[in-house]
Amino acid sequence: MSERTLRGKTAVAGVGETVYYKHGQSPDSEFKLALTAILKAAEDAGIDPKDIDGFASYSNDRNDPSRIAAALGTKELRFSNMQWGGGGGGGGAAIGNAAAAVASGLADCVVVFRALAQGQFARFGQGQPVKTISGDMAMQAPYGLMSPAQRYAMKCMRFMHDHGVKHDALRAISLASYHHAQSNPRAVMYGRALDEAKYDASRWIVEPWRLFDCCQENDGAAAVIIVPAERAKDLPHKPSYVLGAAGGSDHRCGAPSHNHPNYASSNFATVAPHLYEMAGVMPADVDVLQCYENFTGGVMMSIVEHGFCAPDEVNEFIVKENLIAPSGKLPTNTSGGNLAECYMHGLELQIEAVRQLRGQSTSQVPGVDVSMVVAGPMVTPVSNCIFGSEATL
Amino acid sequence: MTRYLPEGLAIPVPENDGLSAPYWEGLQRGELMAQRCKDCGTWVWGPEWICHSCHSFDLEWQKVEGKGRIYSWERPWHPVHPALNGHGPYIVVLVELPHADNIRMIGNLLGDPEQTVEIGAEVEVAFEHHPEADPPYSLAQWKLA
Repeated sequence: MSERTLRGKTAVAGVGETVYYKHGQSPDSEFKLALTAILKAAEDAGIDPKDIDGFASYSNDRNDPSRIAAALGTKELRFSNMQWGGGGGGGGAAIGNAAAAVASGLADCVVVFRALAQGQFARFGQGQPVKTISGDMAMQAPYGLMSPAQRYAMKCMRFMHDHGVKHDALRAISLASYHHAQSNPRAVMYGRALDEAKYDASRWIVEPWRLFDCCQENDGAAAVIIVPAERAKDLPHKPSYVLGAAGGSDHRCGAPSHNHPNYASSNFATVAPHLYEMAGVMPADVDVLQCYENFTGGVMMSIVEHGFCAPDEVNEFIVKENLIAPSGKLPTNTSGGNLAECYMHGLELQIEAVRQLRGQSTSQVPGVDVSMVVAGPMVTPVSNCIFGSEATL
Repeated sequence: MTRYLPEGLAIPVPENDGLSAPYWEGLQRGELMAQRCKDCGTWVWGPEWICHSCHSFDLEWQKVEGKGRIYSWERPWHPVHPALNGHGPYIVVLVELPHADNIRMIGNLLGDPEQTVEIGAEVEVAFEHHPEADPPYSLAQWKLA
């Protein structure tokens, strides 16, 4: 029996994204945004869009692969996949699902895509006015606990209490994202620098998080095309090999009414070791990290749970100089991330991870061989993935 | 007690399958109820059809002593619902109940919304009744013991 791994069997051949807009400002429909990103990824990969035979997405993307396939004139649809769960937690798993389909022969060319036009649909950051509510939200909404920020703030608060984490660590994560966005003309926050004083003066959204600890809400779309490794070698770009992916969460993570036993967590306690095992790398091998900022606290706990520092070292390790390219110990969110480039539900982070391997980032880290992505900390399931250069195979 | 948060937030009601109905009925009587497995004694919260420890479907509702301690907390300032516009900050607490396997319940911490909150502080339940609402309901709030 061959080894059960995705390592090196597939690669990213192309990436594509639309212009990124503030929420509600896209001139195009969400479906048109999805098509645009997919076409751009196919062009980048140097393939005919009609040869895409699989689609993978996450967080209940509204754009049905059968409609996309019909609209694009797809010759044959062979893989149609949705990763369960919301909050962008499926961004790494969708890459893993696509890679698994390609590696196992279920499909030959799978596009991972995500499209969002929050102006055309409900916004994530607002409670929905309804007269009555039932289920798990009935235990929360009547107490004013409704938005994603409110749902996850207490996990961060408990972690900070347990490990003596200061707000400066959260601030450093925000400063790093905004710092990188100032070099990235695609970033929604390009030209809108952030410094310590501006962060400190910003209003509370929900303690322990200020305005600049919270992601944007945006309109746009992104797409990533995955093909067999051997085919990627014949395509225009240097391949970004999928070294590994993992998705899930630990024991009873989804227990109702905030009863997850390992509560003060980004939910990667069991997921991170699976990723490193498949990818065959250690935390010290990771050259650059894209870590989904729904809220800075999720990044902070993810950095710990992926082994980059111990819980009690957060105040020393998570400082701006360590997080910025090119010379930080762990350059993080080098496009500006969800905070300052665009909240494309984290798929823009996969694209930035590929850019780093290709040497195309606007905040390039020299000599990247191992490029890692963390998706949707604090939700369940969460996921992650690692891309590698040919030298890592 | 009148109400901690302004009128207009969603009124809690049981699901179509009635799973949590004994909890909401208990609050209206001024009793804090939770599920317990009749086979292995595990406390189960929030409401579920099965015991996560032994897989028994034979769960019963038992009264829980309304004393606990603050496991975590948050202070929302930004209103995310029209009923909260202009209201100002409020405190949400996650309370663990040592008398029931440390199951955790969510509520508001009564008193000054800008007070300093200590994780580990002892709290006790305070029922907030809304008999005039349509439909009538009650909430379980918490105050420092």
